[in-house]
Amino acid sequence: MFLFIAKRLVQIIPVILGVTLVVFLIMQMVPGDPAAILAGEGASQETIEQYREDLGLNRPIAEQYLSYVGNVFQGDFGNSLKNKQPVLDEILLRLPITMELAFYSILITVALGLAAGIISAVKPYSIRDVSVMVVALLGISLPSFWLGLLLMYLFSVKLQWLPVAGWDGPANIILPALTLGVGGAAIVARMTRSSMLDVIGQDYIRTARAKGLKEHFVIYKHALRNALIPVITVVGLQFGSLLGGTVLVESVFAINGLGRMIVDAIRTRDLPMVQGGVLVASLVFVFVNLLVDVLYRAVNKRIDLN
Amino acid sequence: MSKEVVLQVKNLKTHFTTSKGIAKAVDGVDFTLHKGETLGIVGESGCGKSITSLSLLRLIPSPPGKIVAGEILLNNKDIVKMKEEELRKVRGNQLSMIFQEPMTSLNPIIPVGEQIAETIRLHQRLPRKKAWQKAVDLLELVGLPSPEKRAKQEPFQLSGGMRQRVMIAMALACTPEVLIADEPTTALDVTIQAQILELMKDLQRQIGMSIIFITHDLGVVAEVCDQVAVMYAGQVVEHRNAKDLFKTPLHPYTQGLLRSLPNIYENQQELQTIEGSVPSPYDYPVGCRFADRCPHAREICRAEAPDLLEMNNAETKVRCFMHTEKWEAIEEKEELVCP
Repeated sequence: MFLFIAKRLVQIIPVILGVTLVVFLIMQMVPGDPAAILAGEGASQETIEQYREDLGLNRPIAEQYLSYVGNVFQGDFGNSLKNKQPVLDEILLRLPITMELAFYSILITVALGLAAGIISAVKPYSIRDVSVMVVALLGISLPSFWLGLLLMYLFSVKLQWLPVAGWDGPANIILPALTLGVGGAAIVARMTRSSMLDVIGQDYIRTARAKGLKEHFVIYKHALRNALIPVITVVGLQFGSLLGGTVLVESVFAINGLGRMIVDAIRTRDLPMVQGGVLVASLVFVFVNLLVDVLYRAVNKRIDLN
Repeated sequence: MSKEVVLQVKNLKTHFTTSKGIAKAVDGVDFTLHKGETLGIVGESGCGKSITSLSLLRLIPSPPGKIVAGEILLNNKDIVKMKEEELRKVRGNQLSMIFQEPMTSLNPIIPVGEQIAETIRLHQRLPRKKAWQKAVDLLELVGLPSPEKRAKQEPFQLSGGMRQRVMIAMALACTPEVLIADEPTTALDVTIQAQILELMKDLQRQIGMSIIFITHDLGVVAEVCDQVAVMYAGQVVEHRNAKDLFKTPLHPYTQGLLRSLPNIYENQQELQTIEGSVPSPYDYPVGCRFADRCPHAREICRAEAPDLLEMNNAETKVRCFMHTEKWEAIEEKEELVCP
């Protein structure tokens, strides 16, 4: 197990290289000149050139990239082009907010998804099952920015139960977390249902019933743990799209998280900021995947991690 | 001599409703099991043996399956009519079961000791530690080497034979009155088969339980069973003492089965078979279900369904017109026509 984790940590290095390279190249390709944007509208050509010189933007691309990567491995993500502050400081300020949002969202995804999946699977093809699955289908189909606006309109504007936007307290977490979590919950529900149905048909479930166990013991002790194995993978993958979702949801709910930081940075062509943000988000995703693999092994000892 | 009856099944019918119609997998099964005895239920694949055994514990997946008629009397209490809660107290306690597939019948992610111990905790209300100790003792009883260590392992760390021993230990956990063994040795190789059969006989002597042994292997029947019920197309066609059955089979189907066994004393080029095939459970014939394959079949066999009738003693029952008075009349008539 220890060896496995160590190996996986080493594998993060090429991931960092890959992510920085891709982001770097994309930012080079998008139209718009960071120096011109920074200099402001109507600035003279000389001023723009001056900015370009100061930021090192006129060096060859390869040189710019290599010096950036070298700095990253020393913990220096560069300075923001806009306010000259270190990118890392900004990220460390924003990351906890996004992580908190992601944590509650994934909580909703897992809790809602598992519950719905189990409810469906215990009585397959019943009215209960069909209605839960129709709702799940809706959940998958709704785009999160639209769902976010809808929830905001209903609970904040019409009913006035919850704040519209911002990040000041627990009440602020509910709507964005729900917006982000619902889509994943629907996917987890469908996965849980099919996995449970598969497990309930297995011989060992019949054995459990033959012992005289109560049905809820059969479901929760014997079936659910086995059914969870594929669900864990889905939850792990879901976390990735959830991180992507924070970009939209943080913008809709005006939350100053990592996602919104990246969006703003893209708008101002603040290259170091974008790179830093995406890199950190990728690292979080890699770690979550590692966690999933370890969990996977904990649930199912047959899996040999090495 | 009147032996104590533990389990009596009367006219059991388990049908499955499918898109193709109603499959009458078990369609009128009767048998009696006495205390301390082993009853073999034999028949070819698809004759309803396994569905019968699952019906006894009401483990038929429903829908599509349903016990539509009959009684299953365990110590004179009808399992068919029991409420869920009452049934749970019987399952794994008075009536327990060993399944055909030891590879898939154990939960893959729960240590085998726990799988045994949970049954003990459930039915005997023992505290965790004592139940665990009892599980380890049981594993020792069924001959699993280093039971203490094995109890903590998960099924994938055990061989097929070991898993079947675990299944047996699990089934014996609460010293059941009746043990149903559904082809417990089919998935095992021959040496392990012999060991498992020996073990079961041994444990039966120690605990004094009755066993229902479901198999298509007549050799196994001859070795372990006191009584035999031969099944054909969802019904019992012959129910007898095992020795008598092998000596003088009464039903033409049983006769055919025994004839098709290879004989090691003769140099046989080809194995004997029973001509034809089993009728579909969706559409049984009106008369005797074996009539189309029976060398003795007469008009009456296709027109009327024979009942499972007692012969000279209550322990011998057969479902065939050949052993009724009607048959004598038919034979007399035939002799008159063609002397």
